[in-house]
Amino acid sequence: MDFNASDAVPAIPGPRTEERLPQTAQAAVKIVIVGGFGVGKTTMVGSVSEIRPLTTEETMTQAGIGIDDNYGSETKTATTVAMDFGRISITEKLVLYLFGTPGQERFWFLWNRLFEGALGAVVLVDTRRLDVSFDVMGRLEERGVPFIVAVNSFPDAPRHPVEELRGALDLAPEIPIVECDVRRRASSRDTLLTLMHFLHSLARSGALT
Amino acid sequence: MTPRRKRRLPQEAPSPPPLAPDAGEEAEAGSPERLYAVTGLHDGGRAQLDLVTLIVARSAPPPSGTPEQAAVLRLCSAPLSVAELSAYLDLPFSAMTALITELIGADLVQARAPIVRQALPDRTLLEAVMHGLQRL
Repeated sequence: MDFNASDAVPAIPGPRTEERLPQTAQAAVKIVIVGGFGVGKTTMVGSVSEIRPLTTEETMTQAGIGIDDNYGSETKTATTVAMDFGRISITEKLVLYLFGTPGQERFWFLWNRLFEGALGAVVLVDTRRLDVSFDVMGRLEERGVPFIVAVNSFPDAPRHPVEELRGALDLAPEIPIVECDVRRRASSRDTLLTLMHFLHSLARSGALT
Repeated sequence: MTPRRKRRLPQEAPSPPPLAPDAGEEAEAGSPERLYAVTGLHDGGRAQLDLVTLIVARSAPPPSGTPEQAAVLRLCSAPLSVAELSAYLDLPFSAMTALITELIGADLVQARAPIVRQALPDRTLLEAVMHGLQRL
């Protein structure tokens, strides 16, 4: 334990000793988990992360549109959105970060930053509310971000054969659809591995751009 | 079953410039030895920082520094991503990048660039991530 650094300095939250990355950590990659509220993104991040999941925020300030006020000041509206994320050390040099982001339109201003350089995405869906993920998948397709679909197996959610889901989601035959119990580390890990195998197959076929 | 979705097509020119000018030329950039460090400042004087850019302190907090700078330097005695810094210091990402840009300018921290998804497939990198996940 190192107490020296905090002498006479107000304590700032920081990584616990066992959460610190080695000095050899050189680079990081990211995977994004997208889905509607309550679908289990944060649970999934937490089940595989080696650190307590953290939250980063961003605020978008937008000048009011069509507002002509007499005082010369702009009317602004601020939207603050939060993203939970976790971390997995891959090697002593390489680190993987997992970001969970809601799919609602008000979050899209974050997407350029979030998806730039991301390896790919997992779209987490709840079969009781399948349609909330439609827009998200469309956005990923438009951006050319490779993704797989993971169905969070809520106990009371209707079960559908994979091919029926594929039809309803209009997914290309090569896009994997997996079931995932996001509370279980092994299940979440296997979902991420499915994404990695998919990305690998795209890279092999030269389709990954 | 719920209403059906219609697949969309990729739009033209979706890919923003890579975070490093020569990243696309390094077909085998998956090998960590080949990674570059962000040193220069780009347009607008703001360093090009990603959520997963790793930041490492190069020195102890100078007496002249602000409390915020000192806080970053203490946190970065071991590498830490911009996202983690933002979370621990409770600063929005944009404020965090402004602070880190100052520190890079003053040569107090080093930024280790994230690997961007390459125009060329990088199977070595994907395989490294797969092996890492398999050990979980």
